Amino acid sequence: MAEPLLAIRGLAKRFGGLQATDGVDLDVVQGETHAIIGPNGAGKTTLIGQLAGDLRPDAGTMRFGGRDVTALDAPARSRLGLARSFQITSIFRDLTVLDNVALAVQAHAGHSFRFWRSARADHALRVPALAVLASVGLDGRADVLAGNLAHGEQRRLEIAMALATKPRLLLLDEPVAGMGLEESQRMVGFLGALKGGLTIVLVEHDMDVVFTLADRISVMVYGRILATGTPEEVRANAAVRKAYLGEDAAA
Amino acid sequence: MSVLLVLEQGLNGLQFGVMLFLMAAGLTLVFGIMNLVNLAHGSLYMIGAYLAATFFGWTGSFLLAVALSLLATLVVGIVVELTALRTLYERDHLDQVLATFGLILFFNELIAILWGRAALYIGVPPALAGYIELLPRLRYPTYRAAVILVGLAVALLLYVVVARTRLGMLIRAGASNRTMVGALGVNIRLLYTVVFGAGAALAGLAGLMAGPIYAVQPGMGEQILIQVFVVIVIGGIGSIHGALVGAILVGMVDTLGRAFLRPVLSTVITPTAADAAGPALASILIYVLMAAVLFFRPQGLFPPRG
Amino acid sequence: MGRRPRAVVVVAGLLLLALVPPVAAALAQPFYVDLFRRMMIFAIAALSLDLILGYGGMVSFGHAAYLGIGAYAVGILGFHGIESGLIQWPVAILASALTALVIGAISIRTSGVYFIMITLAFAQMLYYLGISLETYGGDNGMPLRTRSQFGPIDLRNPYAFYYLVLALLVLFLLLGARFVNARFGMVIRAAKSNEPRARAIGFSPYGYRLTAFVIAGGMCGLAGALLANQTEYLTPDFMHWTRSGEIMFMVILGGIGTLFGPVIGAVVLLLLEDVLSAFTAHWQIILGPFLVLVVLFAKRGLFGLVPDAGGRRG
Repeated sequence: MAEPLLAIRGLAKRFGGLQATDGVDLDVVQGETHAIIGPNGAGKTTLIGQLAGDLRPDAGTMRFGGRDVTALDAPARSRLGLARSFQITSIFRDLTVLDNVALAVQAHAGHSFRFWRSARADHALRVPALAVLASVGLDGRADVLAGNLAHGEQRRLEIAMALATKPRLLLLDEPVAGMGLEESQRMVGFLGALKGGLTIVLVEHDMDVVFTLADRISVMVYGRILATGTPEEVRANAAVRKAYLGEDAAA
Repeated sequence: MSVLLVLEQGLNGLQFGVMLFLMAAGLTLVFGIMNLVNLAHGSLYMIGAYLAATFFGWTGSFLLAVALSLLATLVVGIVVELTALRTLYERDHLDQVLATFGLILFFNELIAILWGRAALYIGVPPALAGYIELLPRLRYPTYRAAVILVGLAVALLLYVVVARTRLGMLIRAGASNRTMVGALGVNIRLLYTVVFGAGAALAGLAGLMAGPIYAVQPGMGEQILIQVFVVIVIGGIGSIHGALVGAILVGMVDTLGRAFLRPVLSTVITPTAADAAGPALASILIYVLMAAVLFFRPQGLFPPRG
Repeated sequence: MGRRPRAVVVVAGLLLLALVPPVAAALAQPFYVDLFRRMMIFAIAALSLDLILGYGGMVSFGHAAYLGIGAYAVGILGFHGIESGLIQWPVAILASALTALVIGAISIRTSGVYFIMITLAFAQMLYYLGISLETYGGDNGMPLRTRSQFGPIDLRNPYAFYYLVLALLVLFLLLGARFVNARFGMVIRAAKSNEPRARAIGFSPYGYRLTAFVIAGGMCGLAGALLANQTEYLTPDFMHWTRSGEIMFMVILGGIGTLFGPVIGAVVLLLLEDVLSAFTAHWQIILGPFLVLVVLFAKRGLFGLVPDAGGRRG
């Protein structure tokens, strides 16, 4: 069996008295869309932080694409092909939409110790950036300051920035958070189209989104993975239903 | 270079360290809880020194001068907080730095207008003049010994307040999570004013004690302020414990360095070279110390968890 | 003003500066050549600070240290008989850049309040070092025996010196504009705008920030060399931290993050100081609150009031 793209063993993280991550084992197979769900406080955000490289685990290892990345920081992981979007929109508000995505392209186009040519006029950055913007439907807003976009547009910009880095794995932290119904559905459609080509790890609360997109689901409770399996398997799992979906959530 | 000389300079180092602590405690608390960089903290020190000198001149009583100047500095601090600083809490650090820098210019010039630019001579109060005999051949100025005792007493008092009282609990909570304390329904504005006032009083205390020992002139606050910054950076911003350790460390290193670096150097290099290099090195010793600490621990020795 | 008001203001401003010497000569007031030259020298210092402060978000409160290092490079070399500007000025730039490298390497590992305090402390350290240099005047400083020699360009000619400074100012404005819009500048600006985001897309800001810090230091070092030539006297006060505050005030007053704003800020602030000090020796008591008011209510600065090409203000 091929090695999973992302393999986590024994990940643990403690904050003072709280064991936020308590021995997590997780495999993400290449090409799958893997959702992580769980009640609030289950430790999903802490897990994402450790996957992205913002938090250092106290124990455990992470392998990405066959390499041990446990000690690597976020920029290094990004350069290896691990892209992320943030739960609370995090973009360059005072730069234009195009600037935002062009920067993501630039970060993966060698070093940036170039002092003379204008980056905004650089076709090697503009062209790919505009292409990604077109794929999320924001090419018409390219010259708008990112801070002036509507909330849903900003979420799309987040995804665009992640995609512009040509990632192998996309880490999405609640991608449809705060979106209206129509926008959510568009986003789900868009993400669905990415499936297969791109490996996606998805943290979401919206169960419709999860069951539509996920090939496999891992349920997190109190810092541990309670169960991993296909949506049907998870739905049928008694322990999961008790802990998360509620006793009376019949099929 | 005798053991007694080393002891005496060590005591001087402790005395300087204690004064640095009084300044550092206020500054680090204000930063830790209100996230405010206050460059004008040194101005409160200066105001304390000038007010103490003035009140002593008017009343002739040292105790009265101490009480009045502490009170007056506290009032000045609270007035400054209510008028100028309130608006800065929500601003970024650049704004705070610039605005409090403007306050420094204002206060320095105000003092210069009222008292002139020349340094004031403040005599040691008669009750604390003279020497005490600590060891058979070690006589130490009574005043400096008193400063050390007061400083350590305040450190103890601060420890008791912060570790054992409800106010202290709010302070510790605020230092690690400001928004949470507000969300719990505590009157944040009042807490801020109390904390700032305490810091102002501590600075004023340091200032009034400084009079007989250091030069009292416009700009004296900034001279010590930068050293206080070094203390806080070494100790960890927001940590009173760190401020104490950092202050004693900086006080000792600076004092002992100035006293002994040149003689020590002249044992390994020529006396003329030591004469040139000694004072220069001594004056930058604490910054080298700061750089060294930062190299290994960029967050300082005792950063509060947050 | 057309579609690019800021560009118009820049060109107009530079033209006005170019016209100062002939106007001063016509009015028989050579003092103005001196005054505006001093303003331009500080404009270069303020411009260098804007690179790291306005575009990089690095609140370096010790920038005047490089002013001092550049000045002392010229002074010390001159003291030992090396009077050629072709040696002095590159040494000034190099010494400042190297110092910035050392200070930056340590400071840039920190951020926020730590960074402010540390840069302030290191600058003050250099100030004390300057005071302790007895051979070079200690805290009194020392005179410059002669201005830097450049062969055909005689800096003793006030007009030649003036236009040299103006040329350097224009050069640095051009270079600065290219830096901040090139890939390098975009990384710095992104890291300032949202550092976690910049890291998440793959940038490690440290190396770029350090480079910007070194460039700014070197540029300010040249300003220091110019200042020493201007005043023909140098003291450790060039490095005093209140000088750093003054330069930072120029950046804010003129317009942070605009490159030309600091030029305006330098001119306006030095003019203000000149006018105020004619009224009272205690002019700082006016300047202090003025600074507070600018910070509280006019943070975009003077140039920030001029709309940029996109019609945006500030």
